[in-house]
Amino acid sequence: MGNELIRMSAAELGSAIAAGQASAVEAAQAYLDRIEAVEGSVNAFLHVDRETTLAQARAVDARRAAGEELGPLAGVPVAHKDVFTTTDMPTTAASRILQDYRPPYDATVTARLREAGLVVLGKTNMDEFAMGSSTENSAFGPTRNPWDTSRVPGGSSGGSSAAVAAFEAPLATGTDTGGSIRQPAAVCGLVGAKPTYGGSSRYGLIAFASSLDTPGPFARNVLDAALLHEAFSGHDPHDSTSIDAPVPAVAEAARRADVAGLRVGVVKQFSGEGYQPGVLQRFQESVDLLESMGAKVVEVSCPSFDTALAAYYLIAPSECSSNLARFDAMRYGLRSGDDGTRSAEEVMALTRAEGFGPEVKRRIILGTYALSSGYYDAYYGSAQQVRTLIKRDFEAAFDNVDVLVSPTAPTTAFPLGERTDDPMAMYLADLCTIPTNLAGNAALSVPCGLAPEDGLPVGLQVMAPALADDRAYRVGAAVEAALRERSGSDFLSGSPYAV
Amino acid sequence: MSAITRDEVAHLARLSRLALNEDELDHLAAQLDEIISAVAKVQQAAEGDIPPSSHALPLANVYRPDEARPGLTPDQALDAAPAVEDQRFRVPQILGEEE
Repeated sequence: MGNELIRMSAAELGSAIAAGQASAVEAAQAYLDRIEAVEGSVNAFLHVDRETTLAQARAVDARRAAGEELGPLAGVPVAHKDVFTTTDMPTTAASRILQDYRPPYDATVTARLREAGLVVLGKTNMDEFAMGSSTENSAFGPTRNPWDTSRVPGGSSGGSSAAVAAFEAPLATGTDTGGSIRQPAAVCGLVGAKPTYGGSSRYGLIAFASSLDTPGPFARNVLDAALLHEAFSGHDPHDSTSIDAPVPAVAEAARRADVAGLRVGVVKQFSGEGYQPGVLQRFQESVDLLESMGAKVVEVSCPSFDTALAAYYLIAPSECSSNLARFDAMRYGLRSGDDGTRSAEEVMALTRAEGFGPEVKRRIILGTYALSSGYYDAYYGSAQQVRTLIKRDFEAAFDNVDVLVSPTAPTTAFPLGERTDDPMAMYLADLCTIPTNLAGNAALSVPCGLAPEDGLPVGLQVMAPALADDRAYRVGAAVEAALRERSGSDFLSGSPYAV
Repeated sequence: MSAITRDEVAHLARLSRLALNEDELDHLAAQLDEIISAVAKVQQAAEGDIPPSSHALPLANVYRPDEARPGLTPDQALDAAPAVEDQRFRVPQILGEEE
């Protein structure tokens, strides 16, 4: 029965558990067994604790037996990116400075999913403090892409994407600061969404760049992603940037899956040099597909998007240099060199040098530079002006079209080690996803085929205005349904890790 | 001309409380020079009278009623501390002998 439960979508598994055809404990056991079987070659998790997970599952079964009304995903397992605080499991952000750290409170995302009856399988690997595009910046070793274990699973939420793609979890949470959900979803053949900024709470999320960080869902199909999105979203008084508005009806949009009459803009700037031919080919086919389903397709120019990557690599490091100042070796986390002779300041500097990895140090120094007197206007100030231009380009585009589309990432998954000592090459992985973070609107990545040259997944990115997340789900679901009809099977059934 | 020198990187490391070794300083200086040269293109794009955006949303401060609410207990707050003494965080010395 184990594989049968694992093959089900999250929606189907939730229904089966609600109907009494399976229990939360059976579902958890099936996934824990699967993790044990494949984790050695994938390394998606930083922490798995069978007993804690089974205790949660038993509690959900007991709640149901007691007659409690539970949501559509009650009893369904989920994996959390190790950047969300959890009181019953360690939370490390894949950093040595937080090794074995146990937070005293739950993140809102964690707490809401607990309340909705989801069962936590464990905490997933990531680039340290969510800084990276390959998960190779983890202090605890890289995660491998289930489609080809010599390649990266994307990043920074690469543990979450690999876990779902390897059928180690039906659902996972992630965070998207510059593409850290959409890019790993694309290169692992999954659906991943970046909600509207302020639509999902940052409370209990270890901060990287607070004006950009957005929690979001990973799933094997669009409807599952929408159900997870709805389960943790909505206004949270604990987060002062949380929007007090209804959650967009993304599950309804995923079920509707129709694009007739929808105006779709193809972003002119996201093609040409630096893009893998097979990625552009699959992208163009999905645009043609949308047109054949009744969408009106036009080309849209967003000139400021050419400068988005540069602006992001000033804004995000600036915010990170400020946010990570809290790791001072005084109240929690690692403390090094406190031998009774050194001052607090010396202990701080030694601890941070030992506790942070190379990419985190690089970004702290870069951010400190961009914010320093004499350079502030030229770098951070100019980047903030570019941010205004990007918002204006989105606003102008959405005056004429309902959604914008592009490839999610310029290439398929690249080999492990290829870009680790070339930061600028690594940063290019987020070329197409960054504008959405700077503007704060919604976007989703959905699989749109395998690149002919390497047989690896390609993602289609659908961008929608703020609080119109449902449009991105609607388009994603339409593409998913058309491709399923064409191939006769689900996208992940072509993966070497399919069950 | 390089955008950033090794001495500047050493100064920034001191400001950000990072005790970097000589190899790290050499390596970072070269990489940061490349990154800063690449991101400097924001200066051309931002020419003209464009207001800056610090945030995606038009935000105002959010206040809650000034009422006491339950928080962490002292034991919870101190639970992950590297060193504790008398229900307080114990820290290395912050002032010199002569002060």
